[in-house]
Amino acid sequence: MSDEELKSGGEPGSASETQPEQPKPEAPAAAETPAAAAPPAPAAGEGEAPAPRRKETDEEKAARRKAALEAKEAAKAAAALAKAAAASGTAPAPAASGESPAAAGDAPAEPPAPPKPPSPNQPRLDRAVALLRELIAEDAVEEAYINEPNDHLPTLVLKNDCWKEAAALFRDHQELGCHYLRNVSGVDYETYMEVVYYPLNMERRETYCIKVRTDREQPSVPSVTPIWETANWNEREIFDLLGVDFPGHPDLRRIMMPDDWVGHPLRKDYVPLDPEV
Amino acid sequence: MIRTEELLLNVGPQHPSTHGVFRIVVKLDGEVITEATPVMGYLHRGTEKLAENLNFTQIIPYTDRMDYVSAMTNNYVLVHAVEKMMELEIPERAEFLRLIVMEMQRIASHLVWWGTYLLDIGAMSPFLFAFSDRERILELFNELCGARLTYNYMRVGGVKWDAPEGWIEKVKRFVKDMKLRLDEYHNLVSGNEIFLSRIKGVGKYDAETAIRYGLSGANLRSTGVKWDLRKTEPYSLYNRFDFDIVVGRNGDCYDRYLCRMGEIEQSIRILEQALEQFPAEGETMGKVPRVIRPPGGEIYVRIESPRGEIGCHLVSKGKAEPYRLKFRRPSFVNLQILPKLLVGESMTNLVTILGGIDIVLGEVDC
Repeated sequence: MSDEELKSGGEPGSASETQPEQPKPEAPAAAETPAAAAPPAPAAGEGEAPAPRRKETDEEKAARRKAALEAKEAAKAAAALAKAAAASGTAPAPAASGESPAAAGDAPAEPPAPPKPPSPNQPRLDRAVALLRELIAEDAVEEAYINEPNDHLPTLVLKNDCWKEAAALFRDHQELGCHYLRNVSGVDYETYMEVVYYPLNMERRETYCIKVRTDREQPSVPSVTPIWETANWNEREIFDLLGVDFPGHPDLRRIMMPDDWVGHPLRKDYVPLDPEV
Repeated sequence: MIRTEELLLNVGPQHPSTHGVFRIVVKLDGEVITEATPVMGYLHRGTEKLAENLNFTQIIPYTDRMDYVSAMTNNYVLVHAVEKMMELEIPERAEFLRLIVMEMQRIASHLVWWGTYLLDIGAMSPFLFAFSDRERILELFNELCGARLTYNYMRVGGVKWDAPEGWIEKVKRFVKDMKLRLDEYHNLVSGNEIFLSRIKGVGKYDAETAIRYGLSGANLRSTGVKWDLRKTEPYSLYNRFDFDIVVGRNGDCYDRYLCRMGEIEQSIRILEQALEQFPAEGETMGKVPRVIRPPGGEIYVRIESPRGEIGCHLVSKGKAEPYRLKFRRPSFVNLQILPKLLVGESMTNLVTILGGIDIVLGEVDC
C-alpha cells in the first residue's frame, strides 16, 4: 500500500488526470444522489437501477418531462452541496481535486466511498505511465484511468506524436511485453476522432487499452503495422470507414467499400448518396 | 526456346472453394504463386453502421448474419457486452442454455469446416457424413428456437426460449452418438495417406508469426500456444467444467486439422458435464429494464468462437442505441496471414491453405 502511494505520489499527474474522464463511468452514481429527493426522475438520464426506470417509463410523457426538469435542478443542487462538502472535509484522498461533479457526488452519498480500494490494476497502470513518461516523453500520456466495468482495464490516452514509439515500447519492453494486438477500432466522437488499441501480454494475461486522439478535419494517426501485423487490415478498415489516415502504412487502400466510393460511412456526418438505400 | 511469362489469375469471388464471396488475385510463375492479393468487401453490409440506429434487441439478428455458421457465439458476444456494461445478473438456467447451445454450435461449425475442407481437397463422402450430423444439431436448434441457421436466440439478460420438454434428453442422446461418430471420422480420414500428404507441412508458420499477425483459435493453437479464452479469460460458466486446450506443434494445416477435431472432442466433454448439471428449473430471463440503456462508457469483451477471438467493442452514451459498435471478427484478422503463406506455394495448395484458415465471409466483410 505504502509502495503504491509512493508511486502515485511520484506522478500525481496520473491520478489527477483521471478526473476529467470519470464522469462517464460514474454518471449513474451521481444520478443516484438526487434519487432520494425527487423519486421518479433521475433515471431519465442513465440510472442503472431497473426499478425506478420501469416505473418511469409507464408514466405519461408530460409528467416525465416535468420530473426530469425537477431532477436536473435537484442534481445541480446536490452537486453544489457535494462540492462544498468535498472542499471542506474529504480532501485527503490524493485524487479528489474536487472540480468534477462525479467525484464530489460520491463523497456525501457514501462516506466509506473514498477509501474504496484502488483497483487491482492501478499499480500496472501507474507503472505503464511511469515507463512512458521516462522513456518516451514527459507529456506522452494525456490521460490514464481504470475502466472499471471492463474488468478494471488500464486505459491510457496517448499523445498522437508519441504513439509510434510508445507502441514499440509496449511490444518490446520487458515489463509490458504486449506482443499480441487484440483489436483496433476507430470511433468518431463528433469533435475529434479516436483510434483504440487493445494490446495484450499473453504470458501474464494483461490487456491494456490505448487511445490515440486526432483532429477530425485532417485525421491522422501513425501506423503501427510495422510493429503489429494485426493492425494492417484493421487500419485499412478504419481508413475506409472513418477516413483516418495512417502515415507509415504499407498499403492504405479501401478494404470494404468499392474503390470509387465517396465518403466514409461510419463518420457521424456521413450522408448517403442515395438516402433510399 | 521456351518463353515464360507471369500469369495473373483471378480466383473467386464466385468459386466454391473460397467458402463464400472471397476473391484473391494471384500472380503465377508457372505453377508457383509469387504474389497474392486478397480482395474483400463483396459481402459488406455495414452491420456496424446499421447498429447505430437500432436498439440492442434489434441488433441481435444482425449478429446472426455475421458468422452465419456460428450464430450462437455471435449472439453471445453482443449480449455479453451489454450485460457486463449494465452489470446484469443472468439466471443460471439461462446461462446453462447459452453454454450448451454455444458448444453445440462449435461442434456444428467444426463439422461444416471438416466436411467442406475435405471437399476442397477432393474427398466427397466426408462432406455428407458431416452434414448429416450437423443436421441433427440444427434440428435441435430448430426445436429450441424455431430457426436452423440464424437463431436470434439470446437476449440481454437471458435467452428467448426455454428448453422444451425432453430437449435436454435429446441433446444427451446426440452427444452420445457424436462421440462414436467422431471415432468413425478419425478412422475414415485422419490416417488417410493421400490426405496426409496433401496437408502435412503445408501452410506452416511458427508461434511468433502467429502472434505477430494476431491469429486466434485453432490457427494460433496449432503452433503450440496454449490460448483459449474459455480457459485463459473465462466467461460464462466455463470455469466450472473440466476440459483441455487442444494445441498442435508444427503450425501446419495438419495440426490445425487435429486441433479442430480435438476441439469437437472437448466440446463433447463440456456438453456432457453441462447437461448433467443442468438446473431442473429456473428462470430463463433475468431482471432487465424494459428499455435497455447501458450507462455511458465503453467496454471490450471477447469470447472464443469456433474461429477464434470474437470481440465486441461497445461505446455507449447512455442511449438505447450504441454510439459505436465494433466487432473484432476472427476470420477477418486470421485471413491477413494468407498472402504471406501463399508466396512460394503451388497453385494447388492455395485451396488447402485457405481452407485451413477456416473463414466465413459474412464475418470477414461484416
